[in-house]
Amino acid sequence: MTSLTPILTRSWGDETPWKLESYEKAGGYEGLKKALGQSQADLVQLVKDSGLRGRGGAGFPTGMKWGFLPAPDGGPRYLVVNADESEPGTCKDIPLMMADPHLLVEGVAITSYAIGSHHAFIYIRGEVVHVYRRLLKAVADAYAAGHLGKNIHGSGFDLDVTVHAGAGAYICGEETALLDSLEGRRGQPRLKPPFPAVAGLYARPTVVNNVESIASVPAIVRGGADWFTSMGTERSTGHGIFSLSGHVTRPGQYEAPLGITLRELLEMAGGIREGHELKFWTPGGSSTPIFTAEHLDVPLDYESVGAAGSMLGTRALQIFDETTSVVRAVSRWTDFYAHESCGKCTPCREGTYWLKQILHRLEHGKGEAGDIEKLVDICDNILGRAFCALGDGATSSITSAVQLFREEFEAGMTQPASELFPPERSALFDYTPRRSAGAAAGAVHA
Amino acid sequence: MTTTTDSQTPVAVDPNLVTVTIDGIETAVPKGTLIIRAAEEIGIAIPRFCDHPLLKPVGACRQCLVDVAMPDREGNVRPMPKPQPSCAMEVSPGMVVHTQKTSAVAAKAQHGVMELLLINHPLDCPTCDKGGECPLQNQALSDGRATSRFTDVKRTFAKPLKISTQILLDRERCILCQRCTRFSKEIAGDQFIDLQKRGASQQIGRFDEDVLGFAPLGDATVGPAAEDESGRAFASYWSGNTVQICPVGALTSAAYRFRSRPFDLVSTEAVAEHDANGSAIRIDHRRGTVMRRLAGDDPVVNEEWISDKDRFAFHWQTAPDRLTHPLVRDRAEDGTRGELRTASWAEALEVAATALAAARDAGGVGVLPGGRLTIEDAYAYGKLARTALGTNDIDHRARPASAEEESFLGHAVAGHGIDVTFGDLEKAPAVLLVGFEPEEEGGIVFLRLRKGTQAGRTRVWSLAPFATRGLERLDGTLVPTAPGLESEVVDALATGTDEPSLAALREALGAQGALVLVGERLASVPGSLSAVLRLTAATGARLAWIPRRIGERAGVEMGTLPGLLPGGRPVSDAAARVDIAAAWDVTELPTAPGRDTDGILAALAARELRGVVVGGVELGDLTDPVAARAALEAADVVVSLEVRASEVTDLADVVLPVAPPAEKSGSYLNWEGRVRAFRQALESHALPDHRVLDELARHLGTDLGARDGNVLRKEIDQLGAWDGERVAAPATEAVAPAAVAPGTAVLASWHLQLDAGRGQDGEPFLAGTARKAVARLSAATAEAAGVADGGVLRVSTGAGRIELPAVVTDMPDHVVWLPTNSPGSAVRAALGVLPGAVVQITAGTVTTTEEA
Ligand SMILES: Cc1cc2nc3c(=O)[nH]c(=O)nc-3n(C[C@H](O)[C@H](O)[C@H](O)COP(=O)(O)O)c2cc1C
Ligand code: SF4
Ligand code: SF4
Ligand code: FES
Repeated sequence: MTSLTPILTRSWGDETPWKLESYEKAGGYEGLKKALGQSQADLVQLVKDSGLRGRGGAGFPTGMKWGFLPAPDGGPRYLVVNADESEPGTCKDIPLMMADPHLLVEGVAITSYAIGSHHAFIYIRGEVVHVYRRLLKAVADAYAAGHLGKNIHGSGFDLDVTVHAGAGAYICGEETALLDSLEGRRGQPRLKPPFPAVAGLYARPTVVNNVESIASVPAIVRGGADWFTSMGTERSTGHGIFSLSGHVTRPGQYEAPLGITLRELLEMAGGIREGHELKFWTPGGSSTPIFTAEHLDVPLDYESVGAAGSMLGTRALQIFDETTSVVRAVSRWTDFYAHESCGKCTPCREGTYWLKQILHRLEHGKGEAGDIEKLVDICDNILGRAFCALGDGATSSITSAVQLFREEFEAGMTQPASELFPPERSALFDYTPRRSAGAAAGAVHA
Repeated sequence: MTTTTDSQTPVAVDPNLVTVTIDGIETAVPKGTLIIRAAEEIGIAIPRFCDHPLLKPVGACRQCLVDVAMPDREGNVRPMPKPQPSCAMEVSPGMVVHTQKTSAVAAKAQHGVMELLLINHPLDCPTCDKGGECPLQNQALSDGRATSRFTDVKRTFAKPLKISTQILLDRERCILCQRCTRFSKEIAGDQFIDLQKRGASQQIGRFDEDVLGFAPLGDATVGPAAEDESGRAFASYWSGNTVQICPVGALTSAAYRFRSRPFDLVSTEAVAEHDANGSAIRIDHRRGTVMRRLAGDDPVVNEEWISDKDRFAFHWQTAPDRLTHPLVRDRAEDGTRGELRTASWAEALEVAATALAAARDAGGVGVLPGGRLTIEDAYAYGKLARTALGTNDIDHRARPASAEEESFLGHAVAGHGIDVTFGDLEKAPAVLLVGFEPEEEGGIVFLRLRKGTQAGRTRVWSLAPFATRGLERLDGTLVPTAPGLESEVVDALATGTDEPSLAALREALGAQGALVLVGERLASVPGSLSAVLRLTAATGARLAWIPRRIGERAGVEMGTLPGLLPGGRPVSDAAARVDIAAAWDVTELPTAPGRDTDGILAALAARELRGVVVGGVELGDLTDPVAARAALEAADVVVSLEVRASEVTDLADVVLPVAPPAEKSGSYLNWEGRVRAFRQALESHALPDHRVLDELARHLGTDLGARDGNVLRKEIDQLGAWDGERVAAPATEAVAPAAVAPGTAVLASWHLQLDAGRGQDGEPFLAGTARKAVARLSAATAEAAGVADGGVLRVSTGAGRIELPAVVTDMPDHVVWLPTNSPGSAVRAALGVLPGAVVQITAGTVTTTEEA
């Protein structure tokens, strides 16, 4: 039986974990001091040896990414932390920065030192104003304490950190769109090559890493690669935050070694809500193909989830019980992708627009003959044809749901989802049906 | 495949070539070639929308997806997991590509994209300008599905949106390929439109809050498109190119919208007449009427772009004041002019010849052929002057000119053939502009320079009073120079200077390929052209003279200057005269030194000359329009060869109508010295100038041999090059700048690309995109004159005044800049002075009202 490994989440239950003194009391910034005494190459090697894989979704080995930077040429190079967390179901970076912002700041300092960057940026999703403020404060305190700024701890290493709030677009989490947005342009993904490692922010060598990836670094520096690899599986090493949401008794963030199963996680979370049973779930957020109860024992590591036909993604486990209409869930997700499609490429821009309308029809029992085949074929025309992974992600839930629950889509030809699966039964709170727009208009802002 | 080389045969391996296989055909292409181009080379067309050979790849539309396989480290060719955009992927050695022709996956991907492109498209081809020549329509037929599966609700937008007076946008037709916005950013540098919103709401536009339904953004950092000084939404001189490259009918021009269908049009390749570039264009006409003009594709000149002026300004050729019949004016006994009346060609030519012969014998006839002629026409004018009229009094420079300039042209331009080219512009490491604003006065020259600066190859410096938007978009460096001080600064550069910025510039000009570009305006800055020759001699930089008009270089080469015979032969050189006399089969050529434009006009006024032959000259373009009018009034006979009635018509005794460019064939000579031959687009009874001149000469008893343009061209070609002495370089002294008393300033001025020129008549939509006329002066000068930024400034001389909104500009004090010939700012006519003159400046009284 796997148990929890609270490393990133260790302090979350403490009194005021976000304060510098709390963080320092618990040994904070010791990793930075240790790192500053080592060579940059050793640090990169350490992270390579730890097997840490990017926690932002794609799981690319972090040390290898750092190693891709070309040799220093005297010009600037940048670290950019991706804190745009917007994937439906994903909820780990935001609470992490909320509870323990210094952990990220320390990770940023160590990473910047390791890759030879003197200016790091944290691009944070703009809606989370409170987290943004907390992060700003943490950075200011870190400067004041000499963890950032000039000649950090007498090492001769200088580092500036800029926290930048985005304006709220899922696509700005895609690393190249993020870079364009950070440069003040329209947030749309860039053509690759050149890759960010060669020409990223301001066309300079740049490492883009997820919050959780960077926040994992201080502990690796303190604990060593062997300590890290003692957790997880051979190719998916270490610990990670699993966000459980939906029809579970105790939703929340569970930090555990990679390779844990949903069955184990559910046990910790008190199981599916009382009197209900698991119907389907996403292993890695809404962009990953859905699983069912059949997959309760799939180890949640990159390889096993992949082999079972989905993706570990951001370990965002959205859990739905038997009261939930798959059609409605998929339709909501598709609304999200249609809304968030950046518009750059045809398949995603037009495809999500079309998918959304078909799904709305099916959801309202107004499906037409051939709709299901159409859905699947449109997805086939988007997947792997779109410019970036957003478009691919938009198709995952649809294709997998049609495969697993085709009959529900067929029912959508005649029966509204709200009849088959009355929404109030799935709601965790009192269900208030949406009033018609006309009736609501007068009441809002009253 | 039939004739393949035996794969065992070792072939010479060019390290710059990459061998790939596309649909089973092996081909070698240069490194860095995009798959889509490599396929094109071997005749495989991959459908595409966002791809454009002159724009950077974006890979946005996904129409060009193909299957790609590449060798791995062991050399096993491995297919990539998903189809790749062939417009954005470069070939690599051993790559194997399967297009829609050989891959079901690629074909399905393309069909899928095409279907998606059409779901939100209004499918209004029957009423769309682009229908019949639309890449979307064509490729939907060639590479799409026959039917659509889309049964849902289309996205709709209000339409059309007015981007400018000229450019209209239909957002429903737009497929968001970004060609227009990429052109604006990458080529023109005018970001007058951009993408806005996202997803299915993504749209092209000007960030108009009303259109987008946004609350006003206050002083947020994003906001509407840049505005010009007048607060008018910014428009571009190059915007028409976006209409042409839009792969659907989303962008249309107000001028052409709904005028015709492509399949009703007849196309003729032609050459544009509005500037000295001779850009390749295509004239599309229907039943004898020009419907539109498009950019032609000429990689050595204009690539695939043209200015809006070259594109939209063609109605002047068929304006209501077009002259269609010869006109003759009878004079009273005392010489008072009567009314013009229609006459037959025979009568008009007879009257003209008789009067010209009399004037010639009574003192002489001058010839002012104007600056817009073809090679053939210019040559005929020169020959007429020097044979039938027996004079060297000929000057095509219908603008301020000088003897220094004539020497400069005779020395450094005439007979030099093609020297500096467009290609050199984009490769030059350093370019110095003197008396030359590329975007305003040089048309497409600006885009070529920008290509070089954008690629990081070229650095530009400009000697000018202030940095124009054009210079800013060239990332150029201003060497602030008050008008009249050009000679001084150029000489400082030539002799070497300690001033660090000038020293850096001088060094840059020493680099291989460095260029000095001078404009025709330097003719009115004494000593400047002499200094420029010293500078190029001292630094080794190459020199190009880029005038504004298409006929200037032809005039220089064909000998329509007083001191120059064809091919740069000096009139003063006996051998040169013998050369030409022999070719023309005459015993001798006139030897008396000729007069230039101002000299001819002065001699007419003084009645030393008695007659004049004028070819399409606007009096307002001359140094002193008032004096010019008086000079023509004083003439015994004025014979005018014109397309349209003008001020000269009012004074002419005989008007001989000539053909506008679309109604004749001929060859322009662009500033490079490149022959730009064009065919006649429209059937017409109108005659080219050279034919009319031939007839006129015949009536004067001389055979010009100028009846047939082809025969003329042969004659010109047979003259051959002149290997004798050239005209000596000018060594004119600079003139000390005039003192500026309080309340006065030195005038700076040049023409804006879109202005009050008559070539732009009849084009209200184009006129709406012109930059508004403003007066520019420094903050200190404005304050001294008592004018606030945006207030009205009065600029006056003894001759008159101009009032314009003042725009405080970073420029030398005691200088005021006015556009030379814009609405409300006809500098020569109103003020009677040239740049460098001292003018009075005070706060104005009239509030200028802005036209819609
Ligand atoms: C549409 C889209 C949204 C993304 N959003 C995020 C995000 O919010 N946070 C994040 O770290 N990575 C996000 N990514 C992944 C990033 O592109 C990138 O892979 C990641 O930041 C790399 O960091 P890592 O190597 O540390 O995982 C997103 C990718 C896509 C295609
Ligand atoms: S798939 Fe295309 S439209 Fe969708 S977000 Fe990516 S680039 Fe934008
Ligand atoms: S307006 Fe035309 S050129 Fe511009 S994005 Fe739309 S389709 Fe492309
Ligand atoms: S032409 Fe290749 S993606 Fe548009």
